Amino acid sequence: MIYLDNNATTKIDERVLDAMMPYFKEEYANPSSMYNFSKKASNALKEARGVLKDFLNAKDEKEIIFTSCGSESANTAIKGVLNYNKSKKHIITTKVEHPCVLNLYQTLEKQGYKVDYIGVNSNGDLDLEQLEAAITPDTALVSVMWANNETGVIFPIKKISEIIKSKSPDTKFFVDAVQAAGKIPLDVQENGIDLLGISGHKFHAPKGVGALYVNSKTLITPLIVGGHQERGKRAGTENVPYIAGLAKAAELAMDGLKYEATEVKRLRDKLEKNILKNIYNSRLNTGVSNRVPNTTNIGFEYVEGELILLHMSDLGICASSGSACTSGSLEPSHVLRAMNVPFTAIHGSIRFSLSRFTTEKEIDYVSEKLPEIIEKITAISPYQDELAALKAHK
Amino acid sequence: MWDYSEKVMDHYRNPRNVGKIDDADAVGNAGSLSCGDQLKIYLKIKDNIVTDAKFQTFGCGSAVASSSILTEMIIGKSVDEVRKITNKDIADELGGLPPEKMHCSVMGYEALEDALKNWGDYQDLDDLREPEKAQKIVCTCFNVTENVIWDAIKQNGLKTVEEVTNYTKAGGACGKCKGLIQDIINTYYEKEKSEQKLSPTQRILKINNIIETQISPELQKDGGDINLVDIQDNKIYVKLHGKCSSCKNATLTIKRFVEQTLKTALDEDIEVIDV
Repeated sequence: MIYLDNNATTKIDERVLDAMMPYFKEEYANPSSMYNFSKKASNALKEARGVLKDFLNAKDEKEIIFTSCGSESANTAIKGVLNYNKSKKHIITTKVEHPCVLNLYQTLEKQGYKVDYIGVNSNGDLDLEQLEAAITPDTALVSVMWANNETGVIFPIKKISEIIKSKSPDTKFFVDAVQAAGKIPLDVQENGIDLLGISGHKFHAPKGVGALYVNSKTLITPLIVGGHQERGKRAGTENVPYIAGLAKAAELAMDGLKYEATEVKRLRDKLEKNILKNIYNSRLNTGVSNRVPNTTNIGFEYVEGELILLHMSDLGICASSGSACTSGSLEPSHVLRAMNVPFTAIHGSIRFSLSRFTTEKEIDYVSEKLPEIIEKITAISPYQDELAALKAHK
Repeated sequence: MWDYSEKVMDHYRNPRNVGKIDDADAVGNAGSLSCGDQLKIYLKIKDNIVTDAKFQTFGCGSAVASSSILTEMIIGKSVDEVRKITNKDIADELGGLPPEKMHCSVMGYEALEDALKNWGDYQDLDDLREPEKAQKIVCTCFNVTENVIWDAIKQNGLKTVEEVTNYTKAGGACGKCKGLIQDIINTYYEKEKSEQKLSPTQRILKINNIIETQISPELQKDGGDINLVDIQDNKIYVKLHGKCSSCKNATLTIKRFVEQTLKTALDEDIEVIDV
């Protein structure tokens, strides 16, 4: 099996699993308990908070809240800010956010909030002028993803925070960093971020654990109310084994950033070049630069994405598609639509996302097999004339 | 991952009858590139027999499988037989499709209908449909006409807007037409109900038949009998005979047994009166 769908989820690193096991077996104590037996569990929690503080370069470990996933991090941040200060009713976000955030904003719109959705250009880059113009003193929150899950395009977080602070210093800035974590350095202080969410399973920790950074100057109303855990900001007995796993994964990610930026990027670029060179009806759906190192999104014109995935799957190759058919929804990717990817290519768009476990041999195999698959599917397309014209042009 | 049947997988892996027939007698088209799936079907028809069929499809695994199996289903069949093929037949032949993918089988049906329409003396399959509905677009996102929705409801017994979306895609994007789809569902079932209504003669025959086959034999067991005297709207006049006529429980028999049996069988609110 060749797994090139690491933006969907990742393999758990063995070292992460090893770090978790003691807290499933011997060290099962509740970290809040008052006996020696709970010491290892509470220490694990403390250490994990320290690692996450370093991972995000937070000022204080108290600014780290452990959650169950990226969606919970985002919900806690967004609802937390809005509920703490109910006088402001304006939110700014982007058209290309992850559905977990977009659907929340659509719900908030029904509750009386005004939400502005900032667009992107055909490279996937955010319209900063539109963003700046939208900010008013009534803006409660600006919410932007660090890297896009479908395209890998990175938004200029530091620049955005500067724009926000210059126009409306009280406006809070939430960054969904789920797809950036483990791929590029994350520095909340350097980038002027108020709240930031991550999810463990996108960087080799298991599913079911995430974290939220809330800087000490930002107050939130908790989403989950109950016990005193997480300094009252997230009730519920701490998931010690998973939090220990998240910390180990963060530690490994910090060590691996250079490898991501060089080796993972090299393999991604190799795959991308091979595809664009050898398949005449392929196109890169983004710009070349300004992307996380592991992701490429390529459109195949006049063929449909699910069929490409099914044929790849028969060869053991896993990737994902922006096509309507794969999601059960009937419309293609909202991200690719926001970028105005031509309708000839949008349904045949495939995302390949690598990880540190991806090998050169795997990339060579996919590079070799994909042209055959695309040719097979292209042969049954009703658009033979258009395809011939495309081939002649290339 | 979709739960595709072995047959669906076989057909998208090895599609049959792919290509174009340059001198086709009929060409049908359904769907479009911008909608995410499209099927073109080419037919050779000789002496009212489909002698060859080929297809070209832009679409997902189940779209290709639906197109491929459709060509197999129609080659060698008479035009009259081919006309009777519905989307349900295509899905059944594939060993079923996931509910969200039923629209692929509908696309096959639509392309076939389009081809036959282009072939010549073809008439709409469904006399219930009104001609002006053929071009009326209900879902502007996916260009779905009222006719397509009507057929999908009829052929598959669809009851909800969600089902109509799964089968035709209508309502699957902006969702603005969901109210219209609900109206079409309501209209269809009202029409179906009114057409099932019996003529006065049929109704009399039915009532008499129920009395003779279901009610009378039971009364005969107790040494009695019954016959129909008259029907006026919802009042049914009967006469009890034999032991029944003198039985002190006659009213109970009429109300509890005769009236209930007729009510259930007719699905009407009727009253039975002993004369």
